[in-house]
Amino acid sequence: MAAETLIPLFVELPFETNYITSIVRVSLYVSLIAVGLSTLFSLPVAMAVGFKQFPGKSLVTAIINTGMGFPSVVVGLVVLFGLSSGGPLGFLDLVFTPEAMIMSQFVLATPVITGVSLAAVTSVEQNVRDAAYVMGGTRLDVALVVIKEARFGIATAILAGFGRAISEVGSVLIVGGNIAYADGTSYTRNLTTAIQLEARQGRFETAMFLGAILVGIVLLVNALVTRMGGGGRAKR
Amino acid sequence: MTIQRREFLAVVGGTTAAGLAGCTGMFSDGEEGSDNGEGGSGAEIDGEELVLTTTTSTHDTGLLDEVNAAFEDRFGTPVQAISQGTGAALETARSGDADVIMVHARGQEDEFLEEGHGINRRDLMFNDYIIVGPEDDPAGIEGEEDAVAAFEGIAESEEIFASRGDDSGTHTAELEIWEESGTEPGGEWYLETGQGMGDTLNQASQQGGYTLADRGTFISQQDEIELVILVQGPVEGGPEILANPYGIIAANPAVHENRNYDLGMAYIGFLTSQEGQEVIENYELDGEQLFFAEALSEDPNFGQYVPADWQPEGGEDPDGVETDDE
Repeated sequence: MAAETLIPLFVELPFETNYITSIVRVSLYVSLIAVGLSTLFSLPVAMAVGFKQFPGKSLVTAIINTGMGFPSVVVGLVVLFGLSSGGPLGFLDLVFTPEAMIMSQFVLATPVITGVSLAAVTSVEQNVRDAAYVMGGTRLDVALVVIKEARFGIATAILAGFGRAISEVGSVLIVGGNIAYADGTSYTRNLTTAIQLEARQGRFETAMFLGAILVGIVLLVNALVTRMGGGGRAKR
Repeated sequence: MTIQRREFLAVVGGTTAAGLAGCTGMFSDGEEGSDNGEGGSGAEIDGEELVLTTTTSTHDTGLLDEVNAAFEDRFGTPVQAISQGTGAALETARSGDADVIMVHARGQEDEFLEEGHGINRRDLMFNDYIIVGPEDDPAGIEGEEDAVAAFEGIAESEEIFASRGDDSGTHTAELEIWEESGTEPGGEWYLETGQGMGDTLNQASQQGGYTLADRGTFISQQDEIELVILVQGPVEGGPEILANPYGIIAANPAVHENRNYDLGMAYIGFLTSQEGQEVIENYELDGEQLFFAEALSEDPNFGQYVPADWQPEGGEDPDGVETDDE
């Protein structure tokens, strides 16, 4: 992992590398899976809403757009109540686990990814879809053509969702519990909750360092996805 | 131990990652790679981990990592510790999400016991609260022997006072002192931070204000902040109202059937054993002892097992709880 090779450069850091790398690992694990699941869920929804005409379509669009700004602490609270031992999903025994954090980030990222891809998908011109049908494409083929046409917008959607997920602190703190083991290995402590904790204890240097890693990860993912989206375009 | 935990993470990571390989693969090539090695076995980890809810003070002083590492060495069971305020820690346990609770507000602990959520309470350790403030001490409370009078002095001078305001043990203790003083704190000088002790100390320091802190968190943070001790607690001969005793309670398995009671009791047993108490007693920060072990005594305090005002059913003897006549 990149962080592991990077850290020895800063020799006098007042913390152990295991602490930092395990936090980075938890952050990536939780947010990548949450965004992956969210993408799998969001794209079909965006396609369906984008292409079909049905009563209440504007209401559904409004709900998706509202969800994009949904406060993360509220999501955290709702997920906590759902997963808590007394709650409806208590039997899953997921409260204070990374999987609980995935659930809340999924809830946060999904409206963002759905909303932005919806805009991207609907902007694909009708004649492109018509052409695909005319050429004998099945529904799936048409969908794939649309995804291909809208890939830049969809990449932006996934990025926006990833940004929302990995930089969010309110809900993961509530459902994850910010747990690290006694040897400093993180269990449910991710970058944002660790920054919050370090700041609380006045260890601002560690907090700043973690903050720099977080910004670095967001930039890196941004660059990767942009290249994926833009690279395809350049080949054409 | 580290290896086991890595394997555990790898299995959890691998299992989920394998199931989701299709969707994460597109961004994560290599990033999760180290975790993909094993997987699919769906390791059964339930019942092998202990969930402890505790206060921010035990975590922020570093004591928690010390005792948990000792416990893990002994039993091979990782402790998942969640630090919250005392009120929140007990509330989490009420929802059935904790095996053991380590907190410091006897009144709230008693309520928790009386509701049937917890059993087998033990006195664990104590330290004390101190009143801290800026070095120039504009309210003039330095050296005051009476915590209540010191609070009154702050209220009269209307100097900034940062309150936890979060239903934590420290907040509870602070409110008890205000109640003694007969002053209703409020107004622009009285700030409720709603955050942990560390945050509150930071804010008091930034604003040149006063606050009530537990000695442990203050010591662990004194290098980062510009506050000094103005009124000492009982550890340094100050008033008894500033005492800060910690208790440890197991979740009642009859109420919370999903909880890991035997492991919880193992944790309580370890912390209140000679070995655990020594770890607490020997824990030092900047050469200062932060917590004083209280669980072991040749003359045990039987009041520790039950709510402070508990009476045996039908018993008329008001001293029944004390049982001094053994």
